[in-house]
Amino acid sequence: MFYREAGQHKTTYAADMAAFPVLQDRIGMGVILAVAFVGLPAFGNDFLLNAVMIPFLVFSLAAIGLNILTGYTGLLSLGTGAFMGVGAYACYKLTTLFPSVNILIWIITSGFVAAAVGALFGLPSLRIKGFYLAVATLAAQFFLQWCFIRVPWLYNNNASGAIEVPLRTLFGLPVTGATATATTRYLVVLAVVILMTWAASNLLRGRVGRTFMAVRDMDIAAELIGIRLLATKLTAFAVSSFYCGVAGALMVFLWYGGAEAEVFDINQSFFILFMIIIGGLGSLTGSFMGAALIFILPIVLREMPAALGLPVRAATVEHLTFMTVGALIIVFLVLEPMGLARLWQIGKQKLRVWPFPY
Amino acid sequence: MDILYQIFVDPFVQMATAPDLLVQTLWEGLVAGVLYALIALGFVLIFKASGVFNFAQGIMVVFAALTLVGLHEQGVPAFVALAITIVVMFGLAFLVERLVLRPLVNQPDIILFMATFGLTYFLIGLGELVFGGDPKVMIADALFLPKGAIDIKMLGGFVSLQKIDVAAAVIASLMVLGLGLFFQKTRIGRALRAVADSHRAALSVGISLEQIWVIVWFAAGIVALATGIMWGARSDVSFALQIIALKALPVLILGGFTSIPGAIVGGVVIGIGEKLGEFYWGPLLGRGIESWLAYVIALVFLLFRPQGLFGERIIERV
Repeated sequence: MFYREAGQHKTTYAADMAAFPVLQDRIGMGVILAVAFVGLPAFGNDFLLNAVMIPFLVFSLAAIGLNILTGYTGLLSLGTGAFMGVGAYACYKLTTLFPSVNILIWIITSGFVAAAVGALFGLPSLRIKGFYLAVATLAAQFFLQWCFIRVPWLYNNNASGAIEVPLRTLFGLPVTGATATATTRYLVVLAVVILMTWAASNLLRGRVGRTFMAVRDMDIAAELIGIRLLATKLTAFAVSSFYCGVAGALMVFLWYGGAEAEVFDINQSFFILFMIIIGGLGSLTGSFMGAALIFILPIVLREMPAALGLPVRAATVEHLTFMTVGALIIVFLVLEPMGLARLWQIGKQKLRVWPFPY
Repeated sequence: MDILYQIFVDPFVQMATAPDLLVQTLWEGLVAGVLYALIALGFVLIFKASGVFNFAQGIMVVFAALTLVGLHEQGVPAFVALAITIVVMFGLAFLVERLVLRPLVNQPDIILFMATFGLTYFLIGLGELVFGGDPKVMIADALFLPKGAIDIKMLGGFVSLQKIDVAAAVIASLMVLGLGLFFQKTRIGRALRAVADSHRAALSVGISLEQIWVIVWFAAGIVALATGIMWGARSDVSFALQIIALKALPVLILGGFTSIPGAIVGGVVIGIGEKLGEFYWGPLLGRGIESWLAYVIALVFLLFRPQGLFGERIIERV
């Protein structure tokens, strides 16, 4: 009813190729951005920003990273956690070596470090794919995690073996370290995530993204029409790891404030993988939706018994959360293998043709 | 030069000067390998029959062991508990076929793989909910499993074998033998092999896929139970085993995804390689290389023989 594109004529190629060709989408996007940039910092409390929004954004970014590799290029990776760790440790090393350089520059640079490492571990993908590749990325996961523990240079020979985020400022305001307020950190994360999502959306709509999808759909056919598999797959690994690396750096610097190697273990990789399965493989919107569901659902489930006055122990709730997430994954795969993003599309289509069925 | 000496000469000198230590390390590797092989065996069974890469095999091991120990804690006699656990594993196989595999039939492999992820998380939650998350002690005595160690005097030193490890190796070989016979000689075994060759051809000669899937998941459940008992008796029954189960993946790559002997040989090779690497080369890198050595071995192996030692040459190569 409200979602009609009747009468919205596209008169230029630019209008036809726009990211949001439909007026209602643009309005919706504007509202979301306004709420995110103005509404939440103005009215949200510290818990909401710190424990819900910042992690949600960080996980969304990591999910976009994995989605570029698994959803768009069709290469299954179980090493997401480790690539996030590379970003975090690279950022820590860089900012402690050169403390005067703006922290945002190091966060982005650490993404490039992660991209290089990712491309290196992506090399086996040229010979193998599917489950075999998943095992190859598991090697990356365990090897890198071992490095985070066993190479003291990475954490500046700390006795604790953990990385502590130092104080860094941006325009005179502290953004990392103990004194940074939740609002500042939230706004920085939000800005980075939105800029990088925008970059990803343009990358994936363009030539590079199309070569990714061609390789995913059928690699031999892609090769026949002149796409170089080597370059494409390594680019996918590099871009994906770049996103994961930045997400990892953001996670440690703007959310945790310090981290040990255990943060980047195999469970983190699975966690991100669930997000893109539930959100939808090969969809940026889906990455956000999946991150929201997988991250926020446990929080809601944790709070629910207390809110309803049910006497359930915290441990029990934790176990029920595991069961729910597991069951949800199966239910989603059975009902809608394309995830939440597909449901969203179906919903929009229904709105478009309402009140007719099609 | 010094580093080259440390890598290429020194470990072998150590091996030659203390052969009893070498034998001990080999034995420990063999025992770890048997465990990997048992988990890999569960993977292979399911992969052969349904083409599903069952990520949940690791948690099935934990779940089976937990059920057994949990029932015993409730006062159920050990062997009755064992029987009930077998029934529970059958129920699990039946439910998995009904609720997960059947609705997902004909979906791409990757979707089924993800579904077993979901199953893993569900079973972790269920196991912790019912039996609690604390590590439990396996009821080795009640099941008449041997304990203690045998010290063998050889090569100018002592080699100490845990009796439970010997039992594990024996039971594993018996199980492989039994499965081999079951696959080769029985009607159901032949049907299983037919399904493994081609689903459609098997359907056309009247084999019920649903039935076969239940049977094969049940068989994997039994293997999981045996693995759980053996591993539980060596350390204890905890959810940490689920991560160790990931070690079965390099084993599968080494042995081939569809070969039962391959799973055993791969498991032993990975187990021994890991222990030797850790013991003789680990100190050079600051220890702990056990956590990734298996995967790197598998990775190197992939580059030269992607179908595994005994696998069929059907792997998709790019």
